Amino acid sequence: MTTALPRVDVAPVASAKRRRRAPGWLAVVPLLAFTAITFGLPALAMLNGAFTVKDQATGATSYSGENLSSSLQGAYLTALLGSVKLSAVSAAIATLFGLLLAQAVVTSRFRFLREAVLTASGVLANFGGVPLAFAFVATLGNSGVLTGRLGLKDAGFDLYSFWGLTLVYLYFLVPLMVLTITPALEGLRAQWREAAQNNGATHGQYWRHVALPVLTPSLLGGFVLLFGSAFAAYATAAAMVGSTVPLVTLQIADALSGNVLVGQENVALALSLDMVVVAGLVMAVYLPLQRRSSRWLA
Amino acid sequence: MARLTFSRTRFRPGRGLVLAAAAVYFLVPLAASVVFSVDSGDHVTFGAYSQIVGTEGFTDSLLLSLELAVTTIVLVLLLMVPAMVALRLGAPKLRSVVAVVCSLPLVVPPIAFVAGISTVLKWGPEYLSRTPLFQTIVAIQNENYPFVLVLAYVVMALPFVYQALDAGLRAVDVRTLVEAARSCGASWPQALVRAVLPNLRGALLNASFLTLALVLGEFTVSHLLGYQPFAVWIVDISGAQAQMSVAVSVLSLLVTWVLLLALAAVGGRRTPSRTAP
Repeated sequence: MTTALPRVDVAPVASAKRRRRAPGWLAVVPLLAFTAITFGLPALAMLNGAFTVKDQATGATSYSGENLSSSLQGAYLTALLGSVKLSAVSAAIATLFGLLLAQAVVTSRFRFLREAVLTASGVLANFGGVPLAFAFVATLGNSGVLTGRLGLKDAGFDLYSFWGLTLVYLYFLVPLMVLTITPALEGLRAQWREAAQNNGATHGQYWRHVALPVLTPSLLGGFVLLFGSAFAAYATAAAMVGSTVPLVTLQIADALSGNVLVGQENVALALSLDMVVVAGLVMAVYLPLQRRSSRWLA
Repeated sequence: MARLTFSRTRFRPGRGLVLAAAAVYFLVPLAASVVFSVDSGDHVTFGAYSQIVGTEGFTDSLLLSLELAVTTIVLVLLLMVPAMVALRLGAPKLRSVVAVVCSLPLVVPPIAFVAGISTVLKWGPEYLSRTPLFQTIVAIQNENYPFVLVLAYVVMALPFVYQALDAGLRAVDVRTLVEAARSCGASWPQALVRAVLPNLRGALLNASFLTLALVLGEFTVSHLLGYQPFAVWIVDISGAQAQMSVAVSVLSLLVTWVLLLALAAVGGRRTPSRTAP
């Protein structure tokens, strides 16, 4: 009797589902068609252009890996490595400082401090680009407010350099790390700490043997996310340093706008392809790590 | 227990140091920007602020940015909302397809994306000049209203909009709502607009605000395609009027913050989280 009842219920639902399938497909088609054109077309054009070589004399085009190999040589390689180095260094510093800041906030007894820092992080993580560059130029640039007053120029500090740019990037990377790592820190159970302490573990031992291993996937995932974010950044660097620091995004922009040499557009596309490969690797590392950390801290 | 409290008190000086360092690092550039924008040698002047409105290009670029933002929000919601709701009702295989499609833009940095776009736009004069497609390509590059930017921004907003809507839909039993509306005699559009959408208000606002912030601050794509919305204008005037460019940056920051704080308030206790580069 009890098993018969649900069956009676299920039948009409199933038939209703069949009737509804058509609108389900129809509603998704515009989205897929739109992305196929506006995203797929440029992506294919980039792929195609990266492998196309145009003979300047005859105008004939042919496929080859020439663009890709020249995108991995000379000034372009320097720029690519410069971007990787800047992203790795700033992401590493931001990971460390973001962890410390998030831990300080999570263990704080003041609820309002916690809420304020988390909200501010949400805002600051979105604060990249042009305004960020100008805020730092006004503070530490050549005629910045602090530059003259603290005599930073005589001390050898230069905002328009590798470390200057790192300092600026931290401004949106640290909040991003705080947002990423806070759920993981909140997932650390008080019982684990107490169990470790009952077994005679010191503070440092608890962190080394319990907390850090649990946090490692989240930390690595956060680092990779920050790396990708710093790697893709263009506006801040363009508005601030021009091209004193070699970065791959600046090289692509220069080649695209024909600033360097005519006929370098396809090398720009090859450089873009290099960036996509790096960003793809970043996502390939990030997604499994994120899944792993969410399993532990559920 | 005694041990526990002991270790907590021991940790506090470190915490104070970290918080103080963070406060200095995050507040000083903001304060210095304000000082820079009102400082004229020996006295304080608000000239940089009062002259903004009259400066050439300000109104045009700001209006352009706002128009682009509104169109982008409308278009991205029109594309995403019906699709996401329909996926909740059925078609589980398509669900993962849409999830992948909406996160693909994360793998292509904006600068690489714009490199691809400018290549496609160049096909117009090179290959398509005799076809009606050429007219379309010319039309979307209209100097006064570059629709090509809207297309690009919609793609760039997809990951954020997807996450916002997905989180909102997870909290709502869409199937029951739609079935209830349908059995009361509502048509499909009526069921969507009058039963589902009111329950998604928070998610829709969330998605709209994130898109607005993205479009207002966007520099890479518009700069390299040669248009002058707000962010590009700030950079363009910075050479001649450094003080004003900082003043505008401070103002645009404040506006963005008010927007995002409003979003945090509307979204309850949740902070707007950005999970992607």
